[in-house]
Amino acid sequence: MKTPVAFTLNGVERAAFADPGQNLLDFLRRAVGDLTPKYGCGQGGCGACTVVVDGKTVLSCLVLAETVAGKRVETAAGLAQGAALHPLQHAFMEHFAAQCGYCTPGMLISARALLDRNPNPSRAEIVEAISGNLCRCTGYEPIIAAIESVAAGRTRA
Amino acid sequence: MTRVETYPTLAEAARALGEAAYMAGGTLVMRDVNAGTAPPRLVRAADPELTAISAAGDSIRLGAGVTMAQILARPELDFLHEAARRIGGPQIRNMATVGGNLFAPHPYGDLAVALIALGGRAILAGQGTRPVEQIVRERERPPLVAAIEIARPRPGAFGFAKVARVKPKGASVLALAVLAPREGSTLRGVRVALGAMGDHPLRSAGAERALEGRPFDAEAIARAARQVAEGLDPPTDSLATGWYRREVAGVHLARLLESLRGGRA
Ligand SMILES: Cc1cc2nc3c(=O)[nH]c(=O)nc-3n(C[C@H](O)[C@H](O)[C@H](O)COP(=O)(O)OP(=O)(O)OC[C@H]3O[C@@H](n4cnc5c(N)ncnc54)[C@H](O)[C@@H]3O)c2cc1C
Repeated sequence: MKTPVAFTLNGVERAAFADPGQNLLDFLRRAVGDLTPKYGCGQGGCGACTVVVDGKTVLSCLVLAETVAGKRVETAAGLAQGAALHPLQHAFMEHFAAQCGYCTPGMLISARALLDRNPNPSRAEIVEAISGNLCRCTGYEPIIAAIESVAAGRTRA
Repeated sequence: MTRVETYPTLAEAARALGEAAYMAGGTLVMRDVNAGTAPPRLVRAADPELTAISAAGDSIRLGAGVTMAQILARPELDFLHEAARRIGGPQIRNMATVGGNLFAPHPYGDLAVALIALGGRAILAGQGTRPVEQIVRERERPPLVAAIEIARPRPGAFGFAKVARVKPKGASVLALAVLAPREGSTLRGVRVALGAMGDHPLRSAGAERALEGRPFDAEAIARAARQVAEGLDPPTDSLATGWYRREVAGVHLARLLESLRGGRA
């Protein structure tokens, strides 16, 4: 039996039906149509599916879809305002912080969560904040540099 | 097909449990759901008691649904911070609960190691309490845990260390926690707990024997290091062999004990 789930996605009220046992990642991608969270490992190990639920970063593959009823869900789809990219998105472009791009939405979500609570993080705090997000292309340096540049208010390298 | 039932209280969830799996933060249970290996029924409890942290004097009660992130947000739980901080990455810490950590399979259960060394007691959903070190053995049919009760350790009497190959996020090669209270110059009430050194977190009888009732000196530390893996048969996995774990456990225990002795823990 499907469960109706009403929630807000990036500030917009949404509702869709969740299958029994369906995880939030699958629900967002298939039932809601937000393709920004990515399906990597399905085991919580890679962070590609990272989203924010009620202000906290979580791994959407390990969240039951029906438990977000009435909650605020934020994904990378909500970062840009129309054509205006989020400063982190600019910085990722300028620092070549995305190669294949599969980890990027999760990285952006983790990075924004960090900057929201700590606008001026140290390099160690940045490394810690993205430690739940794997990237197999960049070696992380460009990602760290991109986040550092936004933190320092230098969106241009 | 997985059916999920959510009850307003843990007591109701306990009554409805039957053959179902209880789901807390879900970081382990959802992996089984995703893999299609979870039982057909999952039971949850949306009980606010489960996420409560309360303190009466030096006695602290952690609801079983308290997350690692919640522990890290409380300065008065500083003695648990090293253990909580070393669990998973930030997203896992936002989800992983105290109750789930008690039953997490090898090599997980880092917080449980700290709770065992602290002499923690599990308050069960029905009634009654049990030492954490006993309850972690009951992973086949664990009784539902409502909360954990621990006593705040005296400053400098408690330490935790985790050895991992990957930092800042990595599973345990081993985890250690020591409670080393002193009466004058003598150690009294020593508890040494280990993670990833067996099927579940456990106490090291050998290390405790070497320390209890002795002066906290280099000799006692060396003896504890020699005896720490006595009678233990640590698992071999992709992180380390059982042989390696036995070999290095004493080295890491000695370092932790030295830092406690020197007041640097
Ligand atoms: C990527 C990743 C990294 C991880 N890293 C670590 C790590 O570094 N260290 C570590 O210790 N763990 C780690 N874990 C394991 C896990 O996240 C933690 O152990 C966590 O604390 C489990 O809690 P949970 O609420 O998510 O458990 P759940 O998945 O909800 O439950 C786990 C088990 O505990 C039982 N259970 C849960 N609550 C109760 C209760 N109140 N009473 C009785 N039984 C209960 C469940 O029935 C189930 O059998 C990691 C997991 C992942 C996916």
